[in-house]
Amino acid sequence: MTGQVMMVTGRQRRGGGWALSGLAWVVGLLFVLPVLWMALTSFHAEEDAAKNPPDLAAPLTLDGYRSFFDTGPWPSIANSLTASILSTALVILLAFPAAYALSIKPVKKWTDVLFFFLSTKMLPVVAGLLPIYLFAQSVGLLDNIWLLIILYTSMNLPIAVWMLRSFLAEVPVEILEAAQVDGAGLIRTLRSVVAPVVMPGIASASLICFIFSWNELLFARVLTGTVAQTAPVFLTGFVTSQGLFLAKVCAASLVVSLPVLIAGFAAQDKLVQGLSLGAVK
Amino acid sequence: MTVEAETRPGRHSAPPRSPEGTLMRRTGDWARRAPLLPALIFMILVTQLPFVVTVIVSFMNWNAYYPDERSFAGIDNFRRVLTDANTRQAIWVTILLTAAVVLISLLLGLAIALLLDRKFRGRGIVRTMMITPFLIVPVAAALLWKHALYNPEYGLFNGVLTWIFGDNAPQPDWISNQPLWSVIFALVWQWTPFMMLILLAGLQSRPLDVIEAAGIDGASQWDIFRYMTLPHLRQYLELSALLGAIYVVQNFDAVFTITSGGLGTANLPYTIYQTFYTAHDYGRASAAGVIVVIGTIIIATLALRSVSTLFKEEGR
Repeated sequence: MTGQVMMVTGRQRRGGGWALSGLAWVVGLLFVLPVLWMALTSFHAEEDAAKNPPDLAAPLTLDGYRSFFDTGPWPSIANSLTASILSTALVILLAFPAAYALSIKPVKKWTDVLFFFLSTKMLPVVAGLLPIYLFAQSVGLLDNIWLLIILYTSMNLPIAVWMLRSFLAEVPVEILEAAQVDGAGLIRTLRSVVAPVVMPGIASASLICFIFSWNELLFARVLTGTVAQTAPVFLTGFVTSQGLFLAKVCAASLVVSLPVLIAGFAAQDKLVQGLSLGAVK
Repeated sequence: MTVEAETRPGRHSAPPRSPEGTLMRRTGDWARRAPLLPALIFMILVTQLPFVVTVIVSFMNWNAYYPDERSFAGIDNFRRVLTDANTRQAIWVTILLTAAVVLISLLLGLAIALLLDRKFRGRGIVRTMMITPFLIVPVAAALLWKHALYNPEYGLFNGVLTWIFGDNAPQPDWISNQPLWSVIFALVWQWTPFMMLILLAGLQSRPLDVIEAAGIDGASQWDIFRYMTLPHLRQYLELSALLGAIYVVQNFDAVFTITSGGLGTANLPYTIYQTFYTAHDYGRASAAGVIVVIGTIIIATLALRSVSTLFKEEGR
């Protein structure tokens, strides 16, 4: 049906149709161009990458990648993976029951609870930076990946609660009742009755939480050192080196962005759902 | 708040035997609250407690270099922060940066969403291309703009100028000439896809039969846009502006990477980071933090109201 209507409106705009389609292509290309440029540069030798005007046809080489991996990025990439995956798992573990409880309205002021979660998202993280730093310092959690895992969990929990709630709102109450009649406890109800129904929501929430944790820089930079530093922190320490480094930086940026790019491309619709807190499905 | 009136008809409109009533009768209040508690307690511990400490420290004299000279400072820190030209500049930069990035991305996102709402060859590919900037890690994106695009010697922008104008081409130093706009453009590039995605989803949820009918009744494209599409999109515009603002107001990565807070681009997050990281003046950093929070609360209260209407619609 959508297609038919599109064609009707398309016909009405017959004159401008081609131009608008062309314009869409041009805009899309303009937005992706910097990324393509980054990819091309990452395969150039440093001397070619620093040419002006740019040499598009310069010979391709893996030198940029080689010198990036020579600087030993793996520990930081492993740290990023650990922090992102574990915090995402923790978020879902906490948010799923909470969203379930909120969707059956357990408390009188349940909307207030819901908005409390969202309001913590608006609290600028910098405002809590100092106490968190002092706390971590006093209990010896500085430069410990678990500190980041906990902070990323708190950072993403509100998003996940909101998203999952909007998915849970669509679970028919009859299903929950049936589970209760069958004597299923809370954990069983959640695991075998509700979870399968809201799986798409869990997937979207996980994707968004993973991306935001993977991207985070401020906490990671202040609270980690050599042991627990994450990939974005590793990237910031990269450019201080002397000499030509453009190809290496492009290679590094691309490698660090790769997990997000793959996840985002693979699940574009989930991305939209997640970004809009589940308001858009 | 209007949201109090929110009801989910599905759960209330079965008069003979309200499903929710049954659920409520069978399980105790606390049993129903229990699943909520872990998340709630976790959030209070990790986000509220530190903030309370921030408020306390903001009233103290506390410098990391003189750890033994802690004392009560009253409102000294606040006075110092608010009379400090740097902080006032930072507040102004934060407002300017957030407003510019959100507004420009929103308008661009709307225009592009309208373009992508049409059916044309390769629409999926163009959508994928549009999303790409948002999927680049923010630090990586900032590095890309700073070194691969803006760099006066070998950046792409000046390279293109050389292509077009030859050897005598102007070779501006983009970041030094327009530091704030350099940051804004890099952020607009990343956030336009975000706005576009939400607005496109909004456009595609329009009741198309009504729009078709309006078209048949002779309404012009502009009328349809002005009186049907735009009102329908309003809540999506509000949602994307709100979420965008939440993230951009806290932006640290771009300012840190592109200008290192120099040339008058230090926003509040960067300034607090710096006070804390380099000056080690805990009291002052906390006072600045409290000011940011008060500012955000004011904006957020207004914003939450609009978002609550959106979720009211959603519950229908």
